[in-house]
Amino acid sequence: MTDELPRTDVAAHAADGDASPAAGQPLLRIEGVAKTFGTFRAVDGVSLEIKAGEFFALLGPSGCGKTTLLRMLAGFEAPDEGRILLGGKDIAQALPHERPINMMFQNYALFPHLSVRDNIAFGLKRAGMARAETATRVAEMVALVKLEGLEKRKPDQLSGGQRQRVALARALARRPQLLLLDEPLAALDKKLRESTQGELMELQRRLGMTFIIVTHDQEEAMTMAGRIGVMKSGKLAQVASPRELYEAPRSRWIAEFVGDINLFDGESKLRDGHRLVVGTRDAGALVVAEPREPIGTGKFAVAIRPEKVKLSRRGPVSEAGRETAINRLDGVIADICYLGGTTTYKVKLDTGGMLQASVANSARIDVDAYSLNQHVVAWFTPDDCVVLQS
Amino acid sequence: MRKVPRLSRFNIASLALGLAFLYLPILILVIYSFNASRLVTVWGGWSLRWYHEFFNDRAMIEAAWMSLRVAVSSATIATLLGTLAAIALSRGERFRGRTLFSGMLYAPLVMPEVITGLSLLLLFVALNAERGFWTVTIAHTTLTMCFVAVVVQSRLGSLDRSLEEAAMDLGCDPVRAFVSVTLPLIAPAIVAGWMLAFTLSLDDLVIASFTTGPGAATLPIRIYSEVRLGVKPEINAICTLVIALIAVVIVIASLASKLSSSQGESAAPL
Repeated sequence: MTDELPRTDVAAHAADGDASPAAGQPLLRIEGVAKTFGTFRAVDGVSLEIKAGEFFALLGPSGCGKTTLLRMLAGFEAPDEGRILLGGKDIAQALPHERPINMMFQNYALFPHLSVRDNIAFGLKRAGMARAETATRVAEMVALVKLEGLEKRKPDQLSGGQRQRVALARALARRPQLLLLDEPLAALDKKLRESTQGELMELQRRLGMTFIIVTHDQEEAMTMAGRIGVMKSGKLAQVASPRELYEAPRSRWIAEFVGDINLFDGESKLRDGHRLVVGTRDAGALVVAEPREPIGTGKFAVAIRPEKVKLSRRGPVSEAGRETAINRLDGVIADICYLGGTTTYKVKLDTGGMLQASVANSARIDVDAYSLNQHVVAWFTPDDCVVLQS
Repeated sequence: MRKVPRLSRFNIASLALGLAFLYLPILILVIYSFNASRLVTVWGGWSLRWYHEFFNDRAMIEAAWMSLRVAVSSATIATLLGTLAAIALSRGERFRGRTLFSGMLYAPLVMPEVITGLSLLLLFVALNAERGFWTVTIAHTTLTMCFVAVVVQSRLGSLDRSLEEAAMDLGCDPVRAFVSVTLPLIAPAIVAGWMLAFTLSLDDLVIASFTTGPGAATLPIRIYSEVRLGVKPEINAICTLVIALIAVVIVIASLASKLSSSQGESAAPL
């Protein structure tokens, strides 16, 4: 496998890591890409722009098309429609080996017959890199992922975490313009996953490389990515920063998919200055801030995150001046779920609905903790709610 | 290391009986091949006389040489075709009639040899082919190809497709990806398939006797025709040699498939 092939254009790119746009410049443009398998439309008209140096996450439930989209970027599937532009060049129909893109596979796909060193060097040899240079690059990669001393091991002599590192080193070795990661942490246990998340972020920042990660784990996407694209049934439902996604979800589906949320179906709405008064069946009238985009005539709901709901025994008496505008709901504690850092209470509202409230356990000994069937007042401000189109 | 449970007395007894049932006849044959007596059933002391006789028996040596040549060539062709068929079946896109194709490939596995032999004979007669080395080789290739395909396909099936994709991702075109990743990983299965085809061809009497021609007898045909005139102790010697050869091949084949299933070292070329 040491034959000297003539360097292709792509191989030269990959080996030198040049021709990549500067950070912040658009690197990848996906334009109206679609893919159909038989009668199933896996990816349905996705358009997206990714900037150089970005850490982007594609998030969605299984079967939403995120992996298919990633495989089209890698070149394992050709899109039926649309263009994929990398640095201005359409690569939609290019074969995987013709693209300056590398991928880290979900199950790592390490070559079982090759040692750690040969796995990492595989792509460099293919690019026709000289022997001495290859050795230097491999050593550099091994150090980068902290695998020193394991170079001669075969993949089956490594732990799950070590295999994950080899896969990462192998994908990074060619210095691709774009690194694709398909559920890179799914096979690791929780503790290892959390520390690896941090390492991946650190690595991405240090190398200034562009990462696109596919995951079904919203916490993982929120932690690592600068921007998240949420996919549903082959379409991009929302592309936003983690905070925006959480605090200003664009639809009821996204609100429910990302984190926990209380939803109250709206029945009527009334404008009151900069606020809306929404009549709900389960929680009575709620005052909410006017949404940025006007809601249409269809069904809609008021959404409030559990940690934005405050509980007290008597209501927010001390919040002078704001009391009139505050949503105040009476109820009894129906369920208590102690989670260590927080406690989630389920409050059965007098108006009939259920409301989840998440309270931080800020003191070790909490004499004020609520007990089952205790009467409480739940309250939240209009700015903490969002109105969502159903 | 897994802990091996101790065998009970009953297990030992049944194991011994089973092994005796299988190997006692062969053992007797091997012992009698060293018989000095001219009569097959009478023990006349140890001797290598019949081995000597065999090596001076021109017709017998020629038949053995013919068998070896047929076995090596048909096993090689069958391995090539069987491997290609296995790749087409497990790697190709789902083409129309794929199920039918795989069913047809495996039909010779269950087809009575008499039928295979007879139909091949009819084919060769219809084509007016001169029967001899090549017709037997082709017939044995048809017989053994499906065995190779089964062995290689099961290995390919257990192989992760993303390995080839990873190779392509790292700069291999599809052919290179296959050669540098898939082929080393299925090599033990290919070797095992070849060995299987080799022993099947060496053993075969039925198909060979249908498809061979004058002056091109394989060893089993030769032995069978000799035995019909009365068993000479020389036959015992030949059989012992064949058993030894097949035993070696089977041991290598099982070692190869063992290597094939333990992923780690599976690239070691045999």
